[in-house]
Amino acid sequence: MAALTISRRELTQRTAFSLLVLATAIVTVPVLFIIIYIVVNGAGALSWEFLTQAPSQAGKAGGIFPAIVGTFYLMLGTLIFSLPVGVLAGIYLTEYARANWLTRLINMAILNLAGVPSIVYGLFGLGLFVLAMKFGMSLLAASLTLACQALAMTITTSREAVIAVPREYREGSLAIGTTKWQTIRHVILPQALPGVITGTILAMSRAAGETAPILVVGAAFILPGLPTSPFDQFMALPYHLYTAAAHVPGMSKVTIWGIALVLLVVVLSFNSLAVFIRIRVRQRRFGS
Amino acid sequence: MAIASAGLSKSLRRRWRFSEKLIESFILLNGLLAIIVLLGVLFLLLREGLPAFAYTSPWQFFFGTRWYPVSEPPTFGILSFFMATLWVTLIATAIAVPLGVGCAAYLAEVAPASVRETVKPIVELLAGIPSIVMGLIGLLLLSPLVQGLFNLNTGLCGLTAAIMLAMMSLPIIVTVSEDALRAVPKEFREASYALGATQWETVWHVCLPGALSGIAAAIMLGVGRAIGETMTVLMVAGGALAVPYAPTQPMMPMTAAIASGIGNAVRGGPQYQALFAIALLLFLMTFAVNLVADRVLERQKRKFAR
Repeated sequence: MAALTISRRELTQRTAFSLLVLATAIVTVPVLFIIIYIVVNGAGALSWEFLTQAPSQAGKAGGIFPAIVGTFYLMLGTLIFSLPVGVLAGIYLTEYARANWLTRLINMAILNLAGVPSIVYGLFGLGLFVLAMKFGMSLLAASLTLACQALAMTITTSREAVIAVPREYREGSLAIGTTKWQTIRHVILPQALPGVITGTILAMSRAAGETAPILVVGAAFILPGLPTSPFDQFMALPYHLYTAAAHVPGMSKVTIWGIALVLLVVVLSFNSLAVFIRIRVRQRRFGS
Repeated sequence: MAIASAGLSKSLRRRWRFSEKLIESFILLNGLLAIIVLLGVLFLLLREGLPAFAYTSPWQFFFGTRWYPVSEPPTFGILSFFMATLWVTLIATAIAVPLGVGCAAYLAEVAPASVRETVKPIVELLAGIPSIVMGLIGLLLLSPLVQGLFNLNTGLCGLTAAIMLAMMSLPIIVTVSEDALRAVPKEFREASYALGATQWETVWHVCLPGALSGIAAAIMLGVGRAIGETMTVLMVAGGALAVPYAPTQPMMPMTAAIASGIGNAVRGGPQYQALFAIALLLFLMTFAVNLVADRVLERQKRKFAR
């Protein structure tokens, strides 16, 4: 009898654990399938011409060069707008902010910014940057919108980077008579920089992949030339992919998966770069 | 400090103090930016969205089923959009929660380190796939499957969108749930084993209840993702304007309604304002979900804090 109860409990455990393994498999296998499927089906479209030429015949022929350039500009714009803000906000929250209602309010705002839907950021960008500030449907408006969307992540990552700088560094610097800002500028910033850059790279990666906001604030499907100023409209990979897949009849599947592959490579390589830097920073800190 | 700077001239120190103040206020401004942007979003949505209620009563807006933005006079009833959002979010959550929590429990409690080191990057990879690519997968691969499986006229329907949304909300559910499970003190597990419980009994009766509020927060964050996701539902949900009665019908969630309508809306016109009003509703919904999730998560953190 005793043996029977034990075996029933054992059976329950085995069944339960198999279900957990099954859940894990259902979560992970489709991800690998998606990645492999896109690589296999998109690789056929890749060619020197595809990557370096402008599209023709409503995107059915030619390449996606202007979309790659547009996405590159968007990432650059996001970098320019998020890096300084991330650095300074991270410094404020760790070095200056006290544990009071204001800091709690800031933390609450960061948390909620992260949850605002991307299309809402799009409307925000349309109302503020495109119309009220009269930037028009442009690279500038789109970069600002994407930087706003990434703000929560930029600040969170950079705050973590600044917190991780050992206390002794601050104390040592202050002890030799520097002001607080001098300590921050010459001691804390250089130490925290790799971590801060991680956040910015993640912001750029997200800027490269976002579609909904740029759909609202200025992406175009086909443009006659490359943008020459921040006030120009632009093409971008995710929007190009969306229009090609959803709105161009008779688009070849190979081209669609090819665009998806290029987009995936851009986004995931920047993600991996961020992870790589994070690992390096940790190793250096624990190594020393 | 005084000793060290005694050698410095008075004017230099004064200049230091002045620039110090200037820099500090600039840093404060950046610290406040999160609040400024959040209030800015709210203010803009209110300014552009509230005038919509000059054309439609709130009752008509929330419970009206007709969305005729260009007829004369226009009618703006968003019930079908709201119901579509409700359908896809509910189904996505129903799919994602058992999978996500199961995966988290496996990773936190059962899996050997080598499996965990393999699975976690895959989950992070999933979080990194752009929503447009997930939409593409839904459009070209999943929708024919759903169409065949349920014998539908079109595979572009709420269910297909919900399955893709479930996948997209999995990373946050897995990550936050796993963290919550890990926060359950080791002593709890040891006490449970000491009482003769098996590993599974410990997971089921000790770890999961202990991490319950963290898991609840994880689910809410996942729900927030599903409500706000735009491109996938725009491409996959079917875009029908009627009030959906079954998940297998084509439908148009709120985010898709905004994304597909904003391009044609005259700036500052009634349709433009009505779309901003929908965005305002979306903003308030996700805001509420995130706020509650944060509260619950704080409580979980305090529970085992020592």
